[in-house]
Amino acid sequence: MAIEKIQRIEGRGLPLPGDNIDTDRIIPARFLRSITFEGLENHLFEDDRQQLAAAGSTHPVAEKKYAGATVLLVNANFGCGSSREHAPQAIRRYGIRAVVGESYSEIFFGNSVALGMPCVTADHASLAALMQLVEEDPAVQLVVDLEGMRASAGEKHFKIALPSAARESFLEGTWDATGLLLDRFEEVEAVARRLPYVSGTWS
Amino acid sequence: MGSTLLEKVWDAHTVRKLPNGQTQLFIGLHLIHEVTTPQAFDMLRARGWHVRLPERTIATVDHIVPTRDQRRPFLDVMAEDMFSALERNCRDEGIRLFDMSTGSQGIVHVIGPEMGLTQPGMTIACGDSHTSTHGALGAVAFGIGTSQVRDVLASQCLAMEPMRVRRIMVRGRLARGVYAKDVILEIIRRLGVKGGVGYAYEYAGDTVERLSMDERMTICNMSIEGGARVGYVNPDQVTFDYLRGRRFAPQGDDFEQACRWWRSMASDANASYDDQVDIDATSIRPTVTWGINPGQSVYVDEPLPSPSNAAQPDRAGIDEALSFMGLTAGSRIRGTRIDVAFVGSCTNGRLSDLREAAKVIRGRHVAPHVRALVVPGSQPVRLAAEREGLDRIFIDAGFDWRGAGCSMCLAMNPDKLEGREICASSSNRNFKGRQGSPTGRTLLMSPAMVAAAAVAGEVVDIREFVNGD
Repeated sequence: MAIEKIQRIEGRGLPLPGDNIDTDRIIPARFLRSITFEGLENHLFEDDRQQLAAAGSTHPVAEKKYAGATVLLVNANFGCGSSREHAPQAIRRYGIRAVVGESYSEIFFGNSVALGMPCVTADHASLAALMQLVEEDPAVQLVVDLEGMRASAGEKHFKIALPSAARESFLEGTWDATGLLLDRFEEVEAVARRLPYVSGTWS
Repeated sequence: MGSTLLEKVWDAHTVRKLPNGQTQLFIGLHLIHEVTTPQAFDMLRARGWHVRLPERTIATVDHIVPTRDQRRPFLDVMAEDMFSALERNCRDEGIRLFDMSTGSQGIVHVIGPEMGLTQPGMTIACGDSHTSTHGALGAVAFGIGTSQVRDVLASQCLAMEPMRVRRIMVRGRLARGVYAKDVILEIIRRLGVKGGVGYAYEYAGDTVERLSMDERMTICNMSIEGGARVGYVNPDQVTFDYLRGRRFAPQGDDFEQACRWWRSMASDANASYDDQVDIDATSIRPTVTWGINPGQSVYVDEPLPSPSNAAQPDRAGIDEALSFMGLTAGSRIRGTRIDVAFVGSCTNGRLSDLREAAKVIRGRHVAPHVRALVVPGSQPVRLAAEREGLDRIFIDAGFDWRGAGCSMCLAMNPDKLEGREICASSSNRNFKGRQGSPTGRTLLMSPAMVAAAAVAGEVVDIREFVNGD
């Protein structure tokens, strides 16, 4: 099936500082009690938002000035913990099209690829600068360019990285892997036949 | 140059190199549960596809099951919906489901090994990050998201990036009162919660070799808390003895042949590793988490860290954690009053865990202000415990004795913390809100330490507690 090629994401930014933000915080488990992903965006960072509100502060996701943002800015080990795809689903459904961060958990990264939401990395200083630029001017246009491998905020440019396989999947529009995996099923069957625990032939 | 188990299993399951450079990897065993799969079946249907090799997928129900009254339909309508969807999907696609009526239901990472479904040399995937547990038997096992569950259902394969291997050599005798849980908390504390990203952890050394299969599972289970998606122990005689006679393990002559193949999949003595870390097991003391990620732990008799003494990048994290937990820098975790005690989960919900907890509470009683519950990891664990009379010990001590499930590890069922309650928990995650109350607080520790805390009403040092007998 034809899938969208993802080469460049443009839009406003949403800075979300902090290391080790886990998927329980992104979407608390009680909102996983459903057989669909619908409406998850309404509960994105629900508990963090409420706790900050109770303390008289506002979570970035609830900040009016960042409404409509499409590029999420995060720090290290974002999306650690539970494998729940509900986390990137909630972020994507909220309107985010790309994430720029210092690092990600592997499962979160893979889940995001499967949704067509690139999670690119940049160094600590670049993230600090990007977050500051967006905080100072929430209207600044961010560009995440997967061809040129750079993120830009207005006239400022930052080097980004993305594993080559994921990058190619986005650029070529092959990030939904299922079709590809089904392409040559006879080769899958051949591997299965060679495995003693599948074939039942141990000797 | 020899190869690691990871390399051997990877090679044996490689279908082909994909155009983008990833590996198409055959998945030998796919485990599913009710939370992360209904959307995957919907995606499959939307494309007009079916499950390609339904005999290679096994289902159970664990996350949302109530542990007090498990009769159907569940009183909780959402839980009933999710269970019904799983039943319908399994029926439509010819997938075997181990529900409560089978006597084999339980946490997916408990029942896989228990039934002998999990075997050395396999690739195992499940929509749950604690799938690393199965590595204890020498499998390459990892958590996946729902879109990848769809991929496995459709093709029995995943598109994967290669992994590096870090060997973690643990040497020396564990001191009294120190358990597998303390070993893995030590490893995570030392290497950090993101230290394992990109790596599979191979746990080795004489300490690991002496551990039982249950204990090895506790360690592999929490690999993901250290950032490693995969953790494994090379299969050895302990593994084979564990598997012999289990329902889905090879039987008769096949078993001996299988042992030969399993042994051949273990890392070679001259294998090369991308990294190696040495851990001195003799220096590990009973460990308790004080913060909001599993790397934030201390020995029970050690002072809590202080942001002012910490390296600059860690300061904000320590500050945030202490403030959420309501704890003071420099104070001791010992003596922290608890409200709830939870023994269970895929980390520590097996028979040997229940035995250790029961040993501590025998003849004692839970403190009056503490709500304590034991949730066996599976129906067979529960039954075996009852045959030994462990249920009586727990009930007499004032614990609730519950049905099998994930329960208060992540509180997707009615077992939850309330308000700012503090829970001494044998589970795996102390994230903010993890146990069902957004402001609830979790202290991770071994099952024996949980039991001791339940009795004392506060965090105690198990070594002194047992001495006081």
